[in-house]
Amino acid sequence: MTEIIKLSATELAEKLRAGEVTSVQAVQAHLDRIAAVDGGERGVNAFLHLNAEEALAVAAEVDTIRAAGGAEAEALHPLAGVPIAIKDLIVTVGQPTTAGSRMLEGWMSPYDATVITKIRAAKLPMLGKTNLDEFAMGSSTEHSAYGPTRNPWDLDRIPGGSGGGSAAAVAAFEAPLALGTDTGGSIRQPGAVTGTVGVKPTYGGVSRYGAIAMASSLDQIGPVSRTVLDSAYLHELIGGHDPRDSTSLNEPVPALVEAARQGLTGDLTGVRVGVIAELQGEGYEAGVQARFDESLEVLRAAGAEIVEVHCPNFKYALGAYYLIMPSEVSSNLAKFDGVRYGKRVIPADGPVTIERVMGATRAAGFGDEVKRRIILGTYALSAGYYDAYYGSAQKVRTLVQRDFDAAFEKADVLISPTAPTVAFALGSKTDDPLAMYLNDVATIPANLAGVPGISVPGGLSEGLPVGIQFLAPAHEDARLYRVGAALESLLEKGWGGPLISQAPDLASAEKEGVA
Amino acid sequence: MAATTEELVDFDEALDKYDPVLGFEVHVELNTKTKMFSDAPNVFGDEPNTNVTPVCLGLPGVLPVVNKTAVEYSILIGLALNCKIAETCGFARKNYFYPDTPKNFQTSQYEDPIAYDGYLDIELEDGEVFRVEIERAHMEEDAGKLTHMGGAAGRIQGADFSLVDYNRAGVPLVEIVTKPIVGAGKRAPELAKAYVAAVREIVKNLGVSDARMERGNVRCDANVSLMPKGADKFGTRSETKNVNSLRAVEHAVRFEIERHAAVLEAGQKVVQETRHWHEDTRTTTAGRPKSDADDYRYFPEPDLVPVVTTAEWIEELRSRLPEPPAERRKRLKADWGYSDAEFRDVVNAGLLDAIEETIAAGASAAVARKWWMGEISRLAKNADTDPEGLGVTPATIVELNGLIEAKKINDKIARQVLEFVLAGEGTPAEIVEKRGLAVVNDDSALGAAIEDAMAAMPDVVAKIKDGKLQAIGALIGPVMKATRGQADAGRVRELVLEKLGVEG
Amino acid sequence: MSAISREDVVHLARLAHIEMSDAELDKMTGELGVIVDAIASVSEAAGADVPATSHPIPLSNVFREDVVGETLTVEQALQNAPDSEDSRFKVPAILDEE
Repeated sequence: MTEIIKLSATELAEKLRAGEVTSVQAVQAHLDRIAAVDGGERGVNAFLHLNAEEALAVAAEVDTIRAAGGAEAEALHPLAGVPIAIKDLIVTVGQPTTAGSRMLEGWMSPYDATVITKIRAAKLPMLGKTNLDEFAMGSSTEHSAYGPTRNPWDLDRIPGGSGGGSAAAVAAFEAPLALGTDTGGSIRQPGAVTGTVGVKPTYGGVSRYGAIAMASSLDQIGPVSRTVLDSAYLHELIGGHDPRDSTSLNEPVPALVEAARQGLTGDLTGVRVGVIAELQGEGYEAGVQARFDESLEVLRAAGAEIVEVHCPNFKYALGAYYLIMPSEVSSNLAKFDGVRYGKRVIPADGPVTIERVMGATRAAGFGDEVKRRIILGTYALSAGYYDAYYGSAQKVRTLVQRDFDAAFEKADVLISPTAPTVAFALGSKTDDPLAMYLNDVATIPANLAGVPGISVPGGLSEGLPVGIQFLAPAHEDARLYRVGAALESLLEKGWGGPLISQAPDLASAEKEGVA
Repeated sequence: MAATTEELVDFDEALDKYDPVLGFEVHVELNTKTKMFSDAPNVFGDEPNTNVTPVCLGLPGVLPVVNKTAVEYSILIGLALNCKIAETCGFARKNYFYPDTPKNFQTSQYEDPIAYDGYLDIELEDGEVFRVEIERAHMEEDAGKLTHMGGAAGRIQGADFSLVDYNRAGVPLVEIVTKPIVGAGKRAPELAKAYVAAVREIVKNLGVSDARMERGNVRCDANVSLMPKGADKFGTRSETKNVNSLRAVEHAVRFEIERHAAVLEAGQKVVQETRHWHEDTRTTTAGRPKSDADDYRYFPEPDLVPVVTTAEWIEELRSRLPEPPAERRKRLKADWGYSDAEFRDVVNAGLLDAIEETIAAGASAAVARKWWMGEISRLAKNADTDPEGLGVTPATIVELNGLIEAKKINDKIARQVLEFVLAGEGTPAEIVEKRGLAVVNDDSALGAAIEDAMAAMPDVVAKIKDGKLQAIGALIGPVMKATRGQADAGRVRELVLEKLGVEG
Repeated sequence: MSAISREDVVHLARLAHIEMSDAELDKMTGELGVIVDAIASVSEAAGADVPATSHPIPLSNVFREDVVGETLTVEQALQNAPDSEDSRFKVPAILDEE
């Protein structure tokens, strides 16, 4: 039998239902795996907090219900008993939520995010909280105040960001499922560089209530997994209208699992796939481009019609994003001031006034990247600059939406490489903020427009994963699952199995004790 | 810099040379059950931090959701102020740091208020009508409450620390902003008071606010500037906050006019600043000068979606509007037939509603006024409360009056009975019965008392026989005494005349 | 020459209530200068006739009925407070009146 931790969530769920494995065994196996690979100087460092006791208790509860049989067992959610890791930006009662920041070190939320309420109701044991760039700001998880997470494919490389912890946890078989958040690519880009699947739903498709806000008009919570079908199940669980989120869509979650299963047949006859001319070529590594071109061939062979689409305003998307996002950040992070919760720093000398306490608290509590974005956002919104910066950026947003609308006249889904490079070395871009921002050039347009996107593994370049991104019109998340699952199944045929099985064996790397 | 005594120019002198321009921002707290953007209770006076949800505290991850009733109340206010209602409007963030503001931004409205371009006709006491133009009315949320500790008299200056209660944070507010009010001249302070009073009355009448200024349900920021007579450019204005009574509005405006005049007369420039009104000294003092720290960096609130009003929705709300207070007053005055002075007294006493209800219960307008403005007001004053607070019901008054008209009791007894009613002894009729207070109707008993009185006052009898009928009054006293007040004075008079064989 | 000066950054840090040393201010000015230059082209991207989009998905009239929900207990409200007294959050002296 395949090692428990190597099972996909869907496979594990089947075995749980069949009684071949208990949830307690599954949770324990993952806890053991975490113990083996996550800690230490060369550990993956995906987890900031482990929730072993509660996870095992939930697992035991599921096992008891299943063992008793009857209606209650029948009513269990398909994913009941399957462990999951949670990005530490999503609030959880009983576990700290740090947002990867010293500002919220040890902070215990008195309320659960809506998605957490759903996860509890479905009885998925939560293994713990995963690492992220501080307040979700970054593309490498190097800006976490708690140390970087390492890419399981190469421990000296970044796992992507901001959700590097969730992606690495899943890639390292520490969890079969995870939750992430995506504001400019923070689910999809880590997925690309770790050879895993990540999805950003249509804006409003998943409730943001309880996700610590970064850029409110761009943020979405989404699934992280090793297979497309797994993400479909998770997405169906967490999605749906939430009266606590005024921006959440008032419509039922689409039939995503059904779409994924349809895709797994590998038949894409009649599907028009639009290649975004502006999101390839210059600026994209040769290996990334090569895997991308090969994927196009695979899709073509499966019956898809490949067309070229032009999105001329995408060249402004990065600029618009780095105006809108910091502006909303500067406002969203104002609440962290040492008054009601979190860190408070009393200045060592001089009068102790609340103004100085706020200044000192925010100076000590926030890292450099966060401060950069707050200052930038304050600038973009300030009197005299609003029209040129924030105001203009919101207009670019309109243009980007129009580009998408026009593109979706010609294609059912759009395709691009998820990121321009494979995982780069830790420390190689931290001195160059602008270079770091360029990692998001392909993922940002979807956030600006609110359309959904998925990254699926597309192969390796120099031994490191390359991600293929699909984008669909707003509300059409199902198309992503169909096409993504199709590409996945076709590529896996070529590879002889999932891409992730080509990842180096972490446990033996640990044993070798590489310095 | 320590607060110095401000120089002032005499008001009339100031108005000889300058024209005041006024502007008001009145904040109305709505009396919805829940807050503007969260479902926490909207209640005054509860224990600190007992009416808060994660949203009220601005905890990480929370999101606002708009209170539909608050939106409707805002539209009602806009309609009552003769405003246009926006077809579509949105919310915006006003960004600033302050401990009473949990998110360090206030969710408000900026470029697109829910109501705009209205007016209010203010009738001053002598009947002159002044039209105040309304720039806009918009929705926003209140801040928490700060209590400053350790310094002098709870003031912020010199306080060691402050305590924050977020019960009030998030309570719905409607901010009403006037266009500059020009041409009030000497009547500016009076107009200021009348305007705020009118707004207060309107929102109370609409039922959308408790409108108690002493509780901060209606708050006024008064903007004052002076321009030399004949000039066309407005002067620099000051904004006076903490004006939380009608009297204070009038006095603060007057003070600022005098202060601005003194500054200008000294050849100096008025500083554009926020000032604070002090009720105890009847002065304003300088607060913070307006600075670049006031860059609020407004941008559209991404967590809330636009409000779209339809014609149907607005008409449905318009049909809910009660009669405007000013028109109601005109109507009632005509119906009741009071003199101008009588009516004004009733209005000033706040007894319009009470009298209206009493008339509805069956009393005449005159009777209602007699009781409410007379005995009930007197009793209330003695008890140090409002007339309406005593607990006298319209039914009681109607019943009392009925007993008088049936000559079962007289006025004096009726007043006694009222006090027994208030003491909880029952209805007027029950009390008269139980306590045997009915007027003596037995002519023979009355006759005996009259005979006694006449025997004791032969000179009075002589005067009556002589045709001086007013002298009968001297007999009524002893008769009343003999009957423990339970004589009908009219009947006594009749009997006296009968006995003496004199024509009445 | 970059659009953003050191004076700007000093002012912005004050607005944003983040205490910064001179060295930090210098560094921040340099970094932001590069970033602002890179994104400046955005201001020319769209003509005056292009409307701004502040919400990616068009929704409107999302409301809540005026019904009381569940509140936090005072303990919960204060559980993470750095300082509190008398059921209220405690803060040091406030200098600037709002």
